[in-house]
Amino acid sequence: MFKTVPKRIKEIRFGLISPKEYRKMSVTRVITADTYDDDGFPIEMGLMDPRMGVIDPGLRCKTCGGRAGECPGHFGHVELIAPVIHVGFAKLIRKILRATCRECSALLLDSNQKKKYLEQIRTMRKMGQPIEDITNEVFKEARKPKICMYCGAGQLDIKVEKPSTYVEKMGDHDHKLMPSDIRVRLEKISNEDIEVIGMDPNNARPEWVILTVLPVPPVTMRPSITLESGQRSEDDLTHKLVDIIRINQRFQENREAGAPQLIIEDLWELLQYHVTTFMDNAVSGVPPARHRSGRPLKTLSQRLKGKEGRFRGSLSGKRVNFSARTVISPDPNLSVSEVGVPLSIAMEMTIPVYVTKRNIEQVREYIRRGPDNHPGANYIERSDRRRIKVTDSNCEEMAETVELGWKIDRQLKNGDIVLFNRQPSLHRMSIMAHNVKVLPHKTFRLNPAVCPPYNADFDGDEMNMHVLQTEEARAEAMMLIHVQENILSPRFGGPIIGGIHDHISGMYLLTRGDSRLSKSEILDMLSKTKIEELSEPAGEVDGKPYWTGKQAVSHILPSGLNMAYKAGICEDCDTCKEENCELDAYVLVKDGQLLSGTIEEKAVGAFKGLIVDKIIKDYGSARGLQFINDATMLGIKGIMHYGFSFGISDEDIPNEASIQISELLGEAEDRVMNLILVYNEGNLEPLPGRTVDETLELKIMQELGKARDSTGNIAGKYLGLENAAVVMAVSGARGSMLNLTQMAGCVGQQAVRGERIKRGYEGRTLSNFHTGDLGAAAHGFVKNSYKSGLSPTEYFFHAIGGREGLVDTAVRTSQSGYLQRRLVNALQDLEVQYDGTVRDTRGMVVQFRYGEDGIDPMKSEFSKPQAIKWIIESVTSKEVE
Amino acid sequence: MVGGSNPSEPVFYIFKGMNKVMKGTKSFSLLDHNIVPHHLLLSENEASQVLKKYNIDKEQLPKIKVKEPVILEIGGQVGDIVKIIRTSKTAGEAEFYRLVIE
Ligand SMILES: [Mg+2]
Ligand SMILES: [Zn+2]
Ligand SMILES: [Zn+2]
Ligand SMILES: [Zn+2]
Repeated sequence: MFKTVPKRIKEIRFGLISPKEYRKMSVTRVITADTYDDDGFPIEMGLMDPRMGVIDPGLRCKTCGGRAGECPGHFGHVELIAPVIHVGFAKLIRKILRATCRECSALLLDSNQKKKYLEQIRTMRKMGQPIEDITNEVFKEARKPKICMYCGAGQLDIKVEKPSTYVEKMGDHDHKLMPSDIRVRLEKISNEDIEVIGMDPNNARPEWVILTVLPVPPVTMRPSITLESGQRSEDDLTHKLVDIIRINQRFQENREAGAPQLIIEDLWELLQYHVTTFMDNAVSGVPPARHRSGRPLKTLSQRLKGKEGRFRGSLSGKRVNFSARTVISPDPNLSVSEVGVPLSIAMEMTIPVYVTKRNIEQVREYIRRGPDNHPGANYIERSDRRRIKVTDSNCEEMAETVELGWKIDRQLKNGDIVLFNRQPSLHRMSIMAHNVKVLPHKTFRLNPAVCPPYNADFDGDEMNMHVLQTEEARAEAMMLIHVQENILSPRFGGPIIGGIHDHISGMYLLTRGDSRLSKSEILDMLSKTKIEELSEPAGEVDGKPYWTGKQAVSHILPSGLNMAYKAGICEDCDTCKEENCELDAYVLVKDGQLLSGTIEEKAVGAFKGLIVDKIIKDYGSARGLQFINDATMLGIKGIMHYGFSFGISDEDIPNEASIQISELLGEAEDRVMNLILVYNEGNLEPLPGRTVDETLELKIMQELGKARDSTGNIAGKYLGLENAAVVMAVSGARGSMLNLTQMAGCVGQQAVRGERIKRGYEGRTLSNFHTGDLGAAAHGFVKNSYKSGLSPTEYFFHAIGGREGLVDTAVRTSQSGYLQRRLVNALQDLEVQYDGTVRDTRGMVVQFRYGEDGIDPMKSEFSKPQAIKWIIESVTSKEVE
Repeated sequence: MVGGSNPSEPVFYIFKGMNKVMKGTKSFSLLDHNIVPHHLLLSENEASQVLKKYNIDKEQLPKIKVKEPVILEIGGQVGDIVKIIRTSKTAGEAEFYRLVIE
């Protein structure tokens, strides 16, 4: 057996393999389609000839002497009785046939042209540029002459049928070109002409695309498997080779017996079919070769192509051990930093534990529990590195025999640290370290507050979990990628984890105005938090003490916290009345007591979360995590206390409101008609830089936009602040006032590319309207609300607008994905050095000070230079401009 | 770019023959333009201090071509180091260095 020596690749050259080379690289000619003899030994010169490599353990390769696994395999060959076309080159053959003389095989260009093209090709090659454009032009030009300029032979049109049949049109009858005829023509092409069509005559003679010898892939790349019944099951490639060899033999017998031309041609076609499907079983126009079961065979091209193919699936594809994947579902009772792991996964995943004097008793306990008794052990590795599977029957015995220096694979249990990931992993928060909590059922569970960084929802999303295997990895995960270290986003220096949806609605309901809670109520509010002491009540009513909702929040704030800011519900009054704001929009925290203001999205929400941000920056990430946990628990308790539901009847508006809305819309339509009238009279004054037409459009859009907003205001007024949808929109929990407007007021103008809908028939959008109608309804204004229901034309316009939105998102995601890939590839190994410079791996300086200012955006205040402002604010407890 | 082409030499069309055009007219300085950051040639001494400060060789610096209009303007030679002072939104002013190359 020979040992391979590592070599350096200097050059890769692509070309065609000549029949001579096929024979040279072959270790045997294959003449029989049989594989194994009755004793189960491979037959000489058969498809499993041991010279082509071995797959059975124990046998040795007859070429290199290697055992199964050592021998890389060696090619054999089949001598084809008649040449066949290589499907992969069918297109090239067509182009060459059409560009060369049918008699003398000269490329049908005059010598000056040839010289010109050759020169162009050579310069392009030198510059490393593609030559496709030039060769395509060569083929196009050489196709034109009807008579050969060298021998004077008339040229015929060549038709192509299906994948690899070429037919010459001879007057009224067609003459089929057999592969042998084609080969003869290709053989006659001169080396000079070959260069002009962009091929290299030394590496790729055109006739080599017609196969006369078929290489037989080594046995090692088409191993047969022995079924339990002792029956052998051959690889798809072997099946295909059997077909080829059988037909080849039949062909030979028939030809030697002098069979009629018709039979010969049929067999030739069949041989062509088998060779074609051997290369590619998905050629259009060729029925795929199938198994007896009806499953199409996986032949050469199918092994390489596509997502599961060799390139994307095996070479670029990376799969890892100690990982698990399943559907995710929410569990608000988990900590934000925890992940619920199904018991069945926990029992499969293991962590290596080295047996030491200190833990040997613990280890014994794990082993004693065995593999089926949750925190147990699955494997034991002795000091001689032999692995023993722990089973129900041997666990007692193994627990006794375990020694220092051994290693066991312990099952995953509560508190273990694992990595949790959701694709596409676009930023570093897409992989975070969580603590395991083993739970029943089959999904991963996570606190909904960690959904934003993963961009996860529960409509069937799946996520991956990776179990860390070394102490270093676990330590690193704890310190760098643990959830609490990633609450602040390096993108904008604010929290990316925080309350969502119900957390925010709950906090809002709890803290707005002066909500009061009895003792049992506030104790229930705080029961899920880590708070152990209740503050003094705010006062007494009828001899019973009460606490305010703001006090409930004060319990979970760290003592000593000072903050002042305007909440999201602030309406930017001219002079802020601060604590005395009638909207309760001025949040004031003094020494950890919420004195005024309503807690909503801006305080605890993901992406905003001013209080979360402040706590992390002043009290550290662990306190921040605890605050998020407490705040989300409190929020949920809050929303459960007040009760919260939402349905279609929440959009009910009183009759008077509907009348007001329809009046308002009627007036708007009148104004639009008026505008159109003025326009038609030619009296419309164009806006600066706009045509009259544009001005009209703009003014109509403006008018209708205003009308829609007004309907929203009317609807909002009648719905009132108690309405669930209003609560959600105002607090920032979900939805917006626009959504409400569209549900209760008026859906408004549907737009395509920011303009009213204009496409459709000539001069009108739909046949429901008059030609030239410029009115609101004819161009996509939807007067109705989602509640009242859309008219048929409105519905259609709405679908147009909706479709545009879908197309936009689809296009944007693919484009931004590609942009992200390119950026990451360009920047991935740049590193900020200890001296503040940014350098690549060669030590080349890219920036002399990271980001010009040397600031870590994660530690900045929402990416703004606000540190001093914050310090003043926390000392004075007043918002500073 | 699909075929894996080599990036070609940048060409400064606007400034080709600029000197010819400018001859006889009152010349202006590129550096006066408000979006051209300030470029300074460093003396031998200053240059070595910069290299010492960042503990690097000249070659590890970012590069700038001699043919670049600003370098022509300040008369930089191959091997010189230029200091570039840019206005920065977050840092006020940011310093940057480049090695002049051919
Ligand atoms: Mg989803
Ligand atoms: Zn071998
Ligand atoms: Zn000819
Ligand atoms: Zn206010």
